[in-house]
Amino acid sequence: MEHFIALVTKPDNVPIVAILFLIPYFIYLSYRQARQTDKTGVPSDAALNDKVYVWPYLCRNEFICAIIVMLVLGVWSIMIDAPLEEPSDPTKTPNPSKAPWYFLALQEMLVYFDPWIAGVVLPGLIIAGLIAIPYIDINPKGKGYYTIKERPFALAVFSFGFIILWIVLMVVGTFLRGPGWNFFAPWEAWDPHLVVPLTNVNLSYLFGIRDADTANFFGFVVVAGYFAIGPVFYLWKHKSSRFLQELGLVRYIIVSFLFLTMLALPIKMILRVVLNVKYIWVSPWFNI
Amino acid sequence: MNEERKGLKEKITNSDIWRSIFRHGYEDTGRRYTLQVLQNVWLHLHPPRISRHALNFRFTWCMGGITFLMFLVTAVTGVLLMFYYRPTAEYAFHDVQYLEFDIPFGMLLRNMHRWAAHGMVISVMLHMFRVFLTGSYKKPREFNWAVGVILLLVTFFLSFTGYLLPWDQLAFWAVTVGTNMARATPVLGHEGPFAPQDITQSNDVRFALLAGTIVGPSTLLRFYILHCVAVPLLASVLMALHFWRVRKDGGISGPL
Repeated sequence: MEHFIALVTKPDNVPIVAILFLIPYFIYLSYRQARQTDKTGVPSDAALNDKVYVWPYLCRNEFICAIIVMLVLGVWSIMIDAPLEEPSDPTKTPNPSKAPWYFLALQEMLVYFDPWIAGVVLPGLIIAGLIAIPYIDINPKGKGYYTIKERPFALAVFSFGFIILWIVLMVVGTFLRGPGWNFFAPWEAWDPHLVVPLTNVNLSYLFGIRDADTANFFGFVVVAGYFAIGPVFYLWKHKSSRFLQELGLVRYIIVSFLFLTMLALPIKMILRVVLNVKYIWVSPWFNI
Repeated sequence: MNEERKGLKEKITNSDIWRSIFRHGYEDTGRRYTLQVLQNVWLHLHPPRISRHALNFRFTWCMGGITFLMFLVTAVTGVLLMFYYRPTAEYAFHDVQYLEFDIPFGMLLRNMHRWAAHGMVISVMLHMFRVFLTGSYKKPREFNWAVGVILLLVTFFLSFTGYLLPWDQLAFWAVTVGTNMARATPVLGHEGPFAPQDITQSNDVRFALLAGTIVGPSTLLRFYILHCVAVPLLASVLMALHFWRVRKDGGISGPL
């Protein structure tokens, strides 16, 4: 426990601790406003056309906000010193070696996927997916106010990605990952000599497949089958669903691909934790 | 006496020098409020008037503004830090030590720079969260959302390049771990899938980033230039575009 307290109070981890309070606060704040809108209806045009002068009203707000933020930053900078460790030494690797805190969700993904997926493909898809959001979300409602009722799917997907897959993984990577990137609960001491049995097996092995070529084919079928859920769902539903028709095939393919890719991370996590699955698809060129 | 003073004031404010600097008076009229914004270079990205709900802290969380403020703080403190820092493997670490122990307020300067940078990463993430929750990326603001995503990456990259500069163990290994991913880039990294035979560790994408096969003195110089010149310039240009588009796309979002 002592080492956990030392970890939490480390100067460079102040932002993580701040996030632990800020994120729930802002979720609460937005949730309350969304509930309000959903109950009383969207603010009217009259409210929107109620204009005020930027000077003094907005400039005053900006000024007050800047003063408060500078005060907080000033106190923070006086109270807590930036860390400076020993001079860098390429021959002395610390254990654990951690990336800066805002990349720890990516580093945490390395537990479940090979570096080319966790470090390159998934971050690339996160960026592409974020940029794509305005073009694939065709719901015109919920623009400029908090609401849940009018866009539940968009909110659920984004909040899951941001809060669970980005913030929570970042916190886990910072506070609960110790030597060897092993998982340590807050009350456990970091033991650098901890031996963790490597019992992970590939998914094909669990299905009794021992031959490499069959395993390769099996993996391909599972992964292709997983991503085929999207098109199959489209073929099944597009005649009866007005929403799918409005969305169109191209947008649908992008949405379903990004959505399934995002869900692949928690699915792989669960498979790893519950069944000790190492890879889903082992091929001669890459492993997934 | 009072009239004398009034006369003097008028004489000054009517003088050619005064009027060449200040284009408007200080009377309590809408015209003056408008001029105050339009004729001030620091304020002119604002429109003269905005809708009332845009003043609401609970709506905006003020996070975009805080991000910009943090950028300004890091720019000012960063310039001051540059006076005491040499980006070479021999000097970098000792310059930071010198800054901490011998320069008046050096420690405070460094703290402000580092915490403002961390604060900027937090506020830019919360800003994105807020913009998503209020659906502010929707038509006509699609492109500005894309600019915002690029700015988010630029913020991460600014913070990441700065992380190396103290040249201590924390910096060295965080950047080593962070850049190790690039080895596994498909096709372009020497350990990635589908890498051609002639992609080796001394010509792949990680080599381009590090200027070497491991984090070394040339990496330090490269990250220093990126951190102090290249990326801030890019960030400034993108921020100008971002703020401009906020205004041109109809101010901050509201129920239209």
